Amino acid sequence: MRIADRVERVPPSGIRRFFELAEEKEEIISLGVGEPDFSAPWAARTAAIGSLERGRTSYTANRGMRELRTQIADHVRRYDLDYDPDEEILVTTGASEALDVAMRAFVDPGDCVAVHQPSYISYVPGVVFAGGEPLAVPTRPENDFALTYEDLTNAGAEDAEVLVLCYPNNPTGATMSRSELAEVAEFAVKHDLTVLSDEIYAALTYVGEHTSIATFPGMRERTVVFNGFSKAYAMTGLRLGYALGPPEAIRAMNRIHQYSMLSAPTTAQYAALEALRSCGDEVVEMRDQYDRRRRFVLSRFEEMGLDCFEARGAFYAFPHCGGDDERFAEELLRQEDVAVVPGSVFGVGGEGHLRISYATGLDELRTAMNRIERFVDAR
Amino acid sequence: MDQRRKILDLLLSNARESTADIARQTGFDEATVEESIAELEDEGVVRGYQAVVDWQQRAGDGEHVQAEVELNVELDRETGYEDIARRIVKFPQVTSLRLFSGDYDFAILVEGESMHDVSQFISEQIAPIPEVTQTVTHFVMETYKDRGIVFGDRDDDDRLSISP
Repeated sequence: MRIADRVERVPPSGIRRFFELAEEKEEIISLGVGEPDFSAPWAARTAAIGSLERGRTSYTANRGMRELRTQIADHVRRYDLDYDPDEEILVTTGASEALDVAMRAFVDPGDCVAVHQPSYISYVPGVVFAGGEPLAVPTRPENDFALTYEDLTNAGAEDAEVLVLCYPNNPTGATMSRSELAEVAEFAVKHDLTVLSDEIYAALTYVGEHTSIATFPGMRERTVVFNGFSKAYAMTGLRLGYALGPPEAIRAMNRIHQYSMLSAPTTAQYAALEALRSCGDEVVEMRDQYDRRRRFVLSRFEEMGLDCFEARGAFYAFPHCGGDDERFAEELLRQEDVAVVPGSVFGVGGEGHLRISYATGLDELRTAMNRIERFVDAR
Repeated sequence: MDQRRKILDLLLSNARESTADIARQTGFDEATVEESIAELEDEGVVRGYQAVVDWQQRAGDGEHVQAEVELNVELDRETGYEDIARRIVKFPQVTSLRLFSGDYDFAILVEGESMHDVSQFISEQIAPIPEVTQTVTHFVMETYKDRGIVFGDRDDDDRLSISP
C-alpha cells in the first residue's frame, strides 16, 4: 500500500528505541516517563463513574459541554486569561488533539512553522502532517533554555507564519519570565506570527507565577493557548484538553474537530468538570511533591558534579551529561538499570543533555540518583 | 508554609528520612534541619517515631490482635478525665487512648497476642476501674489504612517505561 509522503517524511520517534531497550529489561527504575505517577483525584474518577452509571454516553456539543467550558473560563482567569465559553473555548481529546487541529487550521502547505527546541517531540511531526515546513529555533543552556528575540532572529523566524511555544517546557523544565515573554511577544507582533502556546504544565510552576503569552499587548488576537488535564490533574489516560483563542481561530479549529473527532470523550468531560470544581487541593499537593523531588534531584546533580540548570516547571530536569547523550543513556540503562531519555531526541540544542523525569516516588528517585552517581563516577 | 511545618510533613510521610534528604528536598541547609527536628522533639511536638506495621504480613507464627474499646466513665468532684486517662495510659497493652465527643467518653486501642489476651485484659484491668461504667469492645478484623499508609496489595505502576 502506498503511504503518503508527509507520513514517510516523519521518522519514528527517537524515544521509541529507548522504550524498546527499556522493555528488554526485567527490573528498571524509569526516569523516562512523561506523565504523573499519581492517579487522577478520586472525586474526578467518581464523577466519571457516576456519568457512566447515569448513562451519559452520548456525544456532547462539538465544542464540549457548555458547563465544562464555563468552568474552564473561570479556571483560566487565574492566569489573567479571559475567554468566552461560547465562542473562544474548544474542548478536545487531550491537548494533543488541540495542537493537531490547530496545525491543520493555521498551516497551509509550505508554510514555515517555527518550533523552539529542545521541545516536545510531537510538534515537528504535527507541522509536517499539516503540510508545513518546520523551522528549528534552538534555545540555549546559557539562557536556561528560555526563548529569546535573538534566538528567533538567528533562526530566521521572521519568515515563519506560526510559532509554537511550550513553557513550562518539556523536556527542559524551563519557564519564561514576564520580560522574556515580552521579547517573544514583541517579535510575534512585529512579524505577524500566529502563536500556538502549549501551557499544559502551567500549574506545575515552582518558581514565580506562570504567565501566558496571550496576556501581552497585541497577543490575544494572534495566540491559541493549549491546556488540559493530563499533567496537573494526573488524567493522562482520560485524554482531555482544551484550546483558548479568538472566535475565528476556535471556529476554524472546530470545523476540523467536528469532522474528525465530533466531540471529546463524554466520560472524561464529566471527570474534568469535577476536577475543576473540587480537586484544586490535590493539584497543589501533587505540585508540592513534585517541587520537593525537583529540589532533591537538582541538589543530587550538583553533588555529583553534573551540570544542571535550575528547572522551574513541569516535572523534568535537564542535566548536561557531556558528549554523546544517546550513548550515555544506553550505557546507564544497561549498567545501572536506570532509564532516562537522551536530550537529542527533543531536537536541536538537546544534544549532550538528558531528560530526567522526577514523576516517580522519592524512594525510587533516591536509588536512581545513587546509581547515576555511581555511573558518572565510574566514567 | 513555615520551615518547621515543611520538615514535619516530610517526617510524617517518612520518619526515616535522613536530614540530608530533607535538606535536599526543602532547600534548607542540613544544620537547620537538624536543629528544627531537635526543637520539635524538645518541645514535645514530635513525640516519637514508629514503624507502621501490617501485622497480616508478619512472617512466622503467632497472632496479633487489636481491639477498639469504647469506654464510658462517671466523673465526680475528685476525679476528672485526666485522672482516669493517667491511669489507663500506664498499661502497655493500650497503644492509643483518646477522649471523644459523642456517645462514649474514651476510645482505647488495645493490642495483644490473641483475642483471649485482649478480652481478659479488658475484663480484668479496664472494666474494674471504679469510674468505668461501660466497655464496648470491637475487634479489628482487617486494617486497610493506618496513619495514612494504605495496606494490602501495592499499586503497580502501569505507566509505559518511557513516554514523551
